[in-house]
Amino acid sequence: MTGLYRMMVRIRAFENAAEAASQGGVSAYGKAADGTARVRGPLHLSTGQEAVPAGACAHLRREDYLTSTHRGHGHTLAKGADLGRMMGELFGRATGFNGGKGGSMHIADFSVGMLGANGVVAAGLPIAVGAAHAQKLQGRDAITVCFFGDGAINRGPFLEALNWAGAYRLPVLFVCEDNRWSATTASGPMTSGPGASARAHSLGLPTLQVDGNDVQAVHEAAGRLVAEVRGGAGPRLLQALTYRVKGHVSVDLAGYRDPAELQAALQTDPIARARRRCLALEPDERVWNAIDAQAEQEVAAALAAAEAAPWPTADQAFTDVQTTGAGQWH
Amino acid sequence: MALKPSPAGDTALRTLSYAQAAALAVQREMEADTHVVVLGEDVGRGGIFGQYQGLQQRFGAQRVIDTPISEAAIMGAGVGMALAGLRPVVEMRVVDFALCGLDELVNQAAKNRFMFGGQGRVPLVARLPIGIWDSSAAQHSQSLEAWFAHLPGLTVVCPSTAQDNHSLLRAALQCGDPVVYMEHKTLWGQPGEVDESLAVPLGRAAVRREGGDLTLVSWSRQALVCEEACAQLARQGIHAGLIDLRTLWPWDRETVLGACARSGRLLVVHEAVQAAGFGAEIAASAAEATGCRVRRLGAPRIPVGYAPVLEAQSRVSADQIVATAREMLA
Repeated sequence: MTGLYRMMVRIRAFENAAEAASQGGVSAYGKAADGTARVRGPLHLSTGQEAVPAGACAHLRREDYLTSTHRGHGHTLAKGADLGRMMGELFGRATGFNGGKGGSMHIADFSVGMLGANGVVAAGLPIAVGAAHAQKLQGRDAITVCFFGDGAINRGPFLEALNWAGAYRLPVLFVCEDNRWSATTASGPMTSGPGASARAHSLGLPTLQVDGNDVQAVHEAAGRLVAEVRGGAGPRLLQALTYRVKGHVSVDLAGYRDPAELQAALQTDPIARARRRCLALEPDERVWNAIDAQAEQEVAAALAAAEAAPWPTADQAFTDVQTTGAGQWH
Repeated sequence: MALKPSPAGDTALRTLSYAQAAALAVQREMEADTHVVVLGEDVGRGGIFGQYQGLQQRFGAQRVIDTPISEAAIMGAGVGMALAGLRPVVEMRVVDFALCGLDELVNQAAKNRFMFGGQGRVPLVARLPIGIWDSSAAQHSQSLEAWFAHLPGLTVVCPSTAQDNHSLLRAALQCGDPVVYMEHKTLWGQPGEVDESLAVPLGRAAVRREGGDLTLVSWSRQALVCEEACAQLARQGIHAGLIDLRTLWPWDRETVLGACARSGRLLVVHEAVQAAGFGAEIAASAAEATGCRVRRLGAPRIPVGYAPVLEAQSRVSADQIVATAREMLA
């Protein structure tokens, strides 16, 4: 429980800091740039959803793969990526995982098997089945976890990837972070039928549905499914019911939402719930406050380091494009 | 088809069809590297054109993978497999169907290496056959090579002979970058002499015919039509040089611009629609670099029709090429 709590507060602290650093940023949904933003462009926050990656990734090993979404900070941290290099990437600096070439929307740490946040909804699903297919083909003792949202289940690659995974019995766990919002549109009215797990079930995948704001429940359900997938039983799907507390991007104030809906969601905040459980196990507040403070310190150090880090040089715009014909840019 | 004679004492020369030459290329690469796999619809029975003939019997269904009709998943899984260390040959049937997997090719395969700061590479070869497939109408007859030449990160290959199809497919599988490999839908049965030991580097054009009066540049099946036109011109005392580009990106500027500088006249011919075709890029580059006169010939901007008389309107004939060449010399 301590580890789960620690991971959740790290994700929350990271995103709170990133959000503050993004104010004044550019977005179609909010204010125009005023040049003060240090985290620029779209920043998709997973505030309120931290229990899903924390609970699911606790069962993963370094050699396991993970594919993510545009809302991928939590997945990346939970897979074991370094928080400082992640902040560097959000700042667009040379020290970031991608050397400043990707930013928040393409956060990735291949060294821990995190194969990237993706700007295209549902794009991670076919990539995940390919990675899992390779793992199976090569007889590796490893699995792939694929995170996606409730919006992704209405794109074709969702069907194609689940069918593929089932047909080849691949070692992949699909995790639907059902946060009820597709950009600035509620998913419910746009989705025919009961959603992700029902669709997966119709394709022959065993599924579980879980309260995605209860980190212990997520941990338990994911643990069961990961064990089955690792044991060669084939693909599984976990539907975690959660809520997107922030707007679609950090500068989206989500004025299109019913305030009562948000208030109700805030009552089920996963970190507050976890903390109550933690106190039942260890009543001394100081133990848990220390974990909170540690996360804040780590994030403060990451902010300072990112601020001080160099920008990539202009010639980096021409590297890592392709080797074949490199230099023939014009 | 004028093939260079093989070196004396070389017994590796044999006559193969364009499809057989490709199948042999994949076979050789699969023998040399266990990471090479094939995936796509109908590949197990040899592919719809025989371009995978015998491979599943030889290497098994694990490495020559029959797939559901799921172009997005085939292409996306290819990306995932490549990131996980395999070297997939991704069969797309025809370029017209590859459009169902375009996000996976354009937003994922082509951009992965750059976007994630060089953390990963995507060594895959996607086979997207182009060209008019006799009497197959608008959705089976497109030549979309310019689309892909336009995309940073992709290498684009359009072979016209059995030898090139063998050697370039092997080069594509070895290069480590995502390659859009575009065979021609009506060349599969075309025979040619193939020397397995002959390496053809990507990005190197073939001078099919020397001639100083004007320079023709073409590729894929249209290069064979240009051969006919050059023969006709020769009978009329006009010596036209012919360059088969073979690789569209990176393209062999040195060979093309050198020939244009000498002849002072460039005629680019392709089967694709002329408007915004890749011929425009070559013509503009040649005019900028050498000041030569340029003309382009391509299809009118109409979908390919079914009835022979309609289909013929989309073809660039040898007679048209001859007439245009004569105009340039008038």
